[in-house]
This record gives sequence, C-alpha cells and structure tokens, in this order.
Amino acid sequence: MVYIILFIITAIMIVPFLWMLSASIKTNREVFVMDPFVWIPEIPKWDNYIKIWTKIPLLKFVQNTVLLTIVVTLLQIFTSSFAAYSFAKLEFKNKNALFFAYIATIAMPWQVYMVPQFIMMRSMGLNDKLLAMICLQAFSAFGVFMMKQFYAGIPDDLCEAARIDGMNEYRIYARIMLPLSKPALSTLIIFTFVNTWNDYLGPLIYLKTETKKTIQLGLRMFIGQYSAEYGLIMAGSVVSLVPVILVFLCLQKYFVEGVASTGLKG
Amino acid sequence: MNEKKAARVKKLETEAAELMQKLQGETDIRQKQKLIARRDSIQRKATTIKNNRLISREAKRQLIAYSFIAPNFIGFAVFTLIPVVFAFILAFTNWDGSNPISFAGFANFKALATDTFFLAALKNTLIYVIGTVPLTMVASLALAVVLNQKIRARGLFRTVAFFPYVASLVAITAVWGMIFHPSKGPVNYLLLTVFGVAQQELPKWFSGSLVLFTLTLFSVWKYMGYYMVIYLAGLQGISAELYEAGGLDGANTWQKFRFITWPQLRATTFFVVVMLTINCFKVYDIAVMLAGGGDGKLSTSATVLVYYIYQNAFNYWKLGYSSAVAMVLFALVLLITVIQFRYEKKLNA
Repeated sequence: MVYIILFIITAIMIVPFLWMLSASIKTNREVFVMDPFVWIPEIPKWDNYIKIWTKIPLLKFVQNTVLLTIVVTLLQIFTSSFAAYSFAKLEFKNKNALFFAYIATIAMPWQVYMVPQFIMMRSMGLNDKLLAMICLQAFSAFGVFMMKQFYAGIPDDLCEAARIDGMNEYRIYARIMLPLSKPALSTLIIFTFVNTWNDYLGPLIYLKTETKKTIQLGLRMFIGQYSAEYGLIMAGSVVSLVPVILVFLCLQKYFVEGVASTGLKG
Repeated sequence: MNEKKAARVKKLETEAAELMQKLQGETDIRQKQKLIARRDSIQRKATTIKNNRLISREAKRQLIAYSFIAPNFIGFAVFTLIPVVFAFILAFTNWDGSNPISFAGFANFKALATDTFFLAALKNTLIYVIGTVPLTMVASLALAVVLNQKIRARGLFRTVAFFPYVASLVAITAVWGMIFHPSKGPVNYLLLTVFGVAQQELPKWFSGSLVLFTLTLFSVWKYMGYYMVIYLAGLQGISAELYEAGGLDGANTWQKFRFITWPQLRATTFFVVVMLTINCFKVYDIAVMLAGGGDGKLSTSATVLVYYIYQNAFNYWKLGYSSAVAMVLFALVLLITVIQFRYEKKLNA
C-alpha cells in the first residue's frame, strides 16, 4: 500500500524531468506525438545539445553564473559562519540589538526593499555589474541565523576548554567550530548555491548587457525567441539543471541532519 | 607592557604616600589644600592607569567579537538595512528616481484604495495564499510521514521528492507549459481520450480564472519537497518511546498519527505555516513564467502584488507608488506573522 502511494508521488515528482530529458532529444514534431508516445525517439536528436551553444551565448551565461554562484557561496559560508560564531559564543555590546536586525529582515520579503536597493546600487555605479549581484546575495540574514542556531547547539565547554589551553578565538573558530559544522555548512551551501544559480528576478533587474547575463536570463530569453523550438528549449533547460542537481546530490546526505540541527524545524 | 604599567602605578602610589606624610607635618592651611589637591590628582592618575589595563583587556575581547561580525554585518547593513529604511520613507513620496524627492503624505495609499489593478493583484495574491498554504502543508506532512518509515530505497525517494525544489523555475515552468499545453499537451490529451472531456471544454490551464489554480498546483508540486525535509527533521525529534507506549495501548496507525505525531509536530507545523505564508505572498517568478505569455506581461486575472511592485518601479518609474504597494505587502506578512505567533502563544498557554 505504502509503495503504491510512494510510486504515484514519485511519478508525479519525476515525470516532468523525464519528459524534459525525453523532449530534449526529439524534433519539434515528435515532442507532442502521444499516440504512440515514446520516451526515446528512434533517431535521438543529440545535436539539440550542440545547437543551443551556438544559437545563444550559452557558454558566456554559464561562465557568468558559475563565477557568481561560487563567489556568493564562498562569501556566504565564510562571513555567515564567522558572524554566527561571534553571536553564539562571544559576548559583546549591542549583541542582541545587532542580532535582532538580522532576524527582523528575515521575515521581510526582499521585494519590499528591492526598489530602494536598486536605486542605491545604481547611485554607487553598480548596476549592470555582476558585483551588484554578489553584494545582493552574499550577506544574507538567513545564513547568519542558520549558522548561529547550529553553533548554539555546540556545548560552550568545548570553547572554554580550548581557551584555557591558550587557543585564541580565531583558532577556536577554525580548528573546532568549522570542522564540526559540516551539516550546517552543507545545508547553507545547498540553499545558497540553488538560490543564486536559479535566481531570476535579481539578474533581471540588474543585468542588462547580454554578455553579463546569467543562465536563467539567457534561458528565458531563448524561450521567448524560439518559443516553438521545444527540443532546443528542453536541451537548454537540462543543461541549466545539471549543476544544481549535482551539488545537491553531493551534499544531500548531510541535508536532513543540517535542517534538523539548525533549528529550521522551528 | 603590563609590567611597565604596574611599575608606574607603584611609583605614583609611593608618591601619594609621601605626600600624605608631608600633609601630616604641614600646618599652613593653604599648603595643606594644595597638597591634598596634588595627592588626589596622583591617585586619580593611578586608578586611571589601573582601569585602563582592565578596559583594554575588555576592549580587546569586544574588538575580537566585532571582527568576527564585521565582514558580514557591513555588507548586510549597506545592502539590506539601509534599503529597508529607505523603503519605508519612499512609500510616502512621489519619486521618479531622478528628480528631487517630494513628499506626498498618505496620497499613495489613498490612490491604492481605488486602483482596480492593485485590488485585483491583492485579491489574486490572497486567493493564491489561501489555496497554496494548506495544500502544501498537508502534502509535505503526508510525504514526510511516509518517508520517515523504514522502507526500501528511502533515501532515493527523499532525494527525488526534493528535485522540484532545486530545479530552476525557468526550466521547470517551460516543461509545465508543454505538459499542460491547452491543445497539444499530454494532460489535456489524457482528459480528451481517457476521460472523454469534449474538445471545447478542455481546460485552458494558463488563462482566465483557471490560472490561479494552475499556479497553486505548480507551487505545491515544487515546494512540497522542501517542507517535507523540515517535517522529517521534526519527525526525527519525536521519541520512539511514545510510539511504543501507543502500540502497547493498542493504537492503530491513524490513532498514532492523530494523538502522537500531530501534537508533537505542532511547533514544526507552526514554523512551516509561517514560512509558507510569507513565501506565498512573495509569489512573482512563478506567475510571470507560468502565466506571463511570451513577454512576461500578466493579465488582470494572473497579476500578483510583487508583479505590481516591479511594474510600477521598473516600467513606470513610479518609485513612491511602488514602495506603497511594497508596504502593503509587508503589512500583510507582518499581520499574518503576528496572528500566528499569538495563536501559538495561546496554544502553549
């Protein structure tokens, strides 16, 4: 019984992806042939996967997105875990007020302040630059909050013992806290990587020059231009999905543990 | 460094002691006053040096703490906190982004009350939220309960359930556009051939009144995997003893869920509902990509609040007006968060 339910749910989850793969090696005519429906056409059109690189500057889009995502993810994990260590294990003036500022903005939708943010960035001369996207995404309140929740669960005695042994705070962070935080870091990496890679509205607002666009903007443009070229669109979509699926698969064994131990469960 | 300071303090202290001795031998009242003043100043100096050492140790600790926070906080303050404050101010202005700012008081909000497109956006967003939140919650909870059991290939099922969440909207809405294509898609083909729905009655999934339903359906599909993980985390926090006890009392599967799982998951459900509501109010990308046609323009039946914020700001450069809509969005999110927290408090009391 359970397996029947599971089978149906899994089918609903995965069929669109299989459809995408299947359509990506079909001709336009084959895509909507239902009777008989075949998953793999007799003559697979592998050249859909070649054409997409020449019809649009896909390579450039991929390069931009890879650069953006890697920089944002690195900045995110280091600055967040750094700040989180301080909030969780050190005492300083205005700690609660500063932490409240982070919490308050987590609940606030980005869309509420995206306009003033854009105006400000424009006045700083950052619009139409990848740097704007980095500034936008690298310092999220969410990352600090998540890492802090995780560090709060690590006993203070561990840090105290290290302090007595003469370790300074930087070494405690690097040698003790960071190695312990694999689940939380994996979770944060998945979230940051997925969100940055898939972001559409941010790049839409900031990136206007074609050579600076990200893969989501490119793909969307491509869909608009070749709206009837289903095979090509699906091939492009598959290419855009591969990196996130890979990152997720590599880190997913820590994922549930990470969500559980960072208090995301509420 | 510290030794040097200690030596100075000692020197000052002996000086003060010498002055005290002098003071006792002195008879002239004026000289006495002078000596007292000098002694006090020396003692003050000594305490300052002593305290300084204490303060500097404390200051160093503070400095270390701040040095950990600074890299993130500076970026966060500049790129998030300042714009947030700015957003509140903008809502009360008529600004076009280039001319000097002029204040408008509540004029923007008054105009919103009679703006039919805004009211449609508000209504659509509310319908979407009301439809999506409970459906996603139930679906993700059900999935989590099933996938928390000891079944074969559990990890694989969990991973697959998460796929829609990591998939990009642009890519995945393109697939949905094909699968639910009104004339050529497989879903309508099934309705036509298997369920015998008449050709002209086949649903047009992406237009008219049906579009909000399709948005809801899509959202549940895309986000249930994410909330499932949160529920899984919650389920793992329930002790096995409770179920054992329930089993001894002869509870069946449904009773175990009803009287053990569900109450134990209350905090998780609360969190899920709050997050879902906030996220649903932010709906924009889904609507634009699923129902936006070729140029990403939304009709009145599919428009949502964030789309209206975007349109006013970046198409018409009515930044003040756009920020006023943003404030309405913020007020709604805040209201729901506060209501839910109140409710939770009542439950716990």
